[in-house]
Amino acid sequence: MTLSDVHKGLAAQGYVADDRLAMALHLAQELGRPLLLEGPAGVGKTEVAKAVAAWRETRLIRLQCYEGLDASHAIYEWNYQRQLLAIRASEAQGGTREAQLFTDEYLLKRPLLEAISAEDPPVLLIDEIDRADEEFEAYLLEILSDFQITIPELGTIKARVRPIVILTANGTRDLSDALRRRCLYSFLDYPSQETELIILRARMPGLEEQLVRQIVGVVQALRKEELEKTPGIAEMLDWAAALSGLGVNDLAKSRNEVQATLVCLLKTAADHDAAPPEVMDRLIGKVA
Amino acid sequence: MQVTRFPSRAAGIADRMSGFIAHLRMNGMRVGPRETGDALAAMSAVEATDAQQVRRALCAVLAGDAEDWRRFDALFDAYWFNAGKQRSGMAQTAHVRVQSAKPMIWQQQDRGIDDTQPGTDQATTPDPSDGEAEGMDGQLIATRTANLSRRDLRELMDEEALKQAEAAASKLARAIRDRRSRRRKQALRGPALDMRRIQRASLARGGEPMDLYRRARPPRPMRIVALCDVSGSMTVYSRVFLAFLKGLIGSGTEADAYLFHTRLMRVTDALRDHDSLRAAGRLSLMAEGFGGGTDISGSLNTFVNGYGTRALNGRTIVLILSDGYCSQDPQALGEVLGRIRRKARRIVWLNPLKGWRDYQPIAAAMQAAEPYLDAHLPANTLDALAALEPQFRRL
Repeated sequence: MTLSDVHKGLAAQGYVADDRLAMALHLAQELGRPLLLEGPAGVGKTEVAKAVAAWRETRLIRLQCYEGLDASHAIYEWNYQRQLLAIRASEAQGGTREAQLFTDEYLLKRPLLEAISAEDPPVLLIDEIDRADEEFEAYLLEILSDFQITIPELGTIKARVRPIVILTANGTRDLSDALRRRCLYSFLDYPSQETELIILRARMPGLEEQLVRQIVGVVQALRKEELEKTPGIAEMLDWAAALSGLGVNDLAKSRNEVQATLVCLLKTAADHDAAPPEVMDRLIGKVA
Repeated sequence: MQVTRFPSRAAGIADRMSGFIAHLRMNGMRVGPRETGDALAAMSAVEATDAQQVRRALCAVLAGDAEDWRRFDALFDAYWFNAGKQRSGMAQTAHVRVQSAKPMIWQQQDRGIDDTQPGTDQATTPDPSDGEAEGMDGQLIATRTANLSRRDLRELMDEEALKQAEAAASKLARAIRDRRSRRRKQALRGPALDMRRIQRASLARGGEPMDLYRRARPPRPMRIVALCDVSGSMTVYSRVFLAFLKGLIGSGTEADAYLFHTRLMRVTDALRDHDSLRAAGRLSLMAEGFGGGTDISGSLNTFVNGYGTRALNGRTIVLILSDGYCSQDPQALGEVLGRIRRKARRIVWLNPLKGWRDYQPIAAAMQAAEPYLDAHLPANTLDALAALEPQFRRL
């Protein structure tokens, strides 16, 4: 596989990757290393994983992190109910051996174990790792460096094929150096005007060229305003979908629709106040 | 672009790569032998003759966080393309500057070129230039920070004051550190039994509660974010305040420190330096324009936009050390404090002028700020700082 394959593969899924991200993904697959993606919300960190999974035609296994996430939710747990039932059932037939109870059959695989034990290499997305506790990060270290999981009753399970691991973070807290060192790194920022135009065209091919330019122009200008929550690519696409759904062809001629659909872009009350009709008119006037 | 000519003894690619890793390390990136191996492995996975591909590949492998990622291009050019290479005499001055007592005017002839830099860069990324200035002891430096009117902060720090302020700061930190959560969470040791988990685990033992799990109230330490004004009107107090900041950072509490005048810079890492002489050197490199005018609202805006999401949370106390004399619109100050207020737990303004008798917050900026403050306390001397402890206990 070469770098251009990565570009093409992602482009076929409608994901426009810049050179640095494509290179990072390429290396993640070549070197078998996890990839840590950082960047502001809504720039397509999670989408990368989905696009890669679709391109490689494998499963996407997703682990959403949250505070208090622990091993039994992320790695594995024994299915105690079934074990008990099995004991009860076998008592009637003269008893069971303990070894039979600790087999794959009674193991509840959570995302991480599932990714390690899969036959085809899946894409493992560990989303918002910075939301999990630091202890959980420590669990991850063994998995990310050796791709193996130790289960006391069963022994060590080693990955037959390394999954493609993508971690995302957006700076809720600092990640440990140990974790960073095991990962390749790429930072996703808000796209440039040209890239965003390509993204919008790729995602919504039916849109008229003039509207595409206007939408991207306004969103780019909005990002320069002082907002609490800067609209990302996801918001831009939502807005474009909303506008095309309302049959808008020219932003300058449909002020009311623009104001009504701003809920797609601006997600706090203060931001709504910061973009009154006059401001939007000014922004639209600039790009029209 | 001119390609760097390496000495003939650095024969193979491995040698040069390890040289590059050393270069990155000197510039403050955390890379080591393991990364050298990774970098070489990455080279075999890409077209090693294509400089652009190699640049991207090495960036993915070697950068550890967003700051490394932004600086990487400049560092890459510096090593492989002979850019930013300093004369050997220059390299030594980096050390001399840290050690000499007098403030030094550094590379005057370069002023004209560098002056253009800060304004454009600063708007998007808060401190790319400061970041590079930190790694001053390398021979190869990617960019130079603008050097306007730099004042040596070591003049403002003497041992005695430092110790006193550190003591005051750690007392303060202790006063707010020992907080416990109201809720109980699972713990190894604790006063209460965690019935839910015991029940759950008892399934594994056939319904017998053999494993006992416990719950305790986890510590929820308050964090401190200190923003210290180092503009002209504050010069007399900066000695006390800088020592105070150093005390806060070194106190074992989660703390974050920033200096501002017309711009804002994060100084937590510089203050954390164990070698206080080097810390002072790094600080003075950062505090360019030290002793100039003030733009409180602008600096606070930079703070909220750039560092806000990471630095502020519901357990953060924001300390602002300033006299409130601001050259900008007071209304803007109120607005930005309102934004901080929504994200942080408390805002405390430590005002050296408030220590004066008959002080009234007449400065327009202070009047605009007052409604957003949880406390507005005097802080003109070390004693005043030490006396803040009971006030902080109540926050």
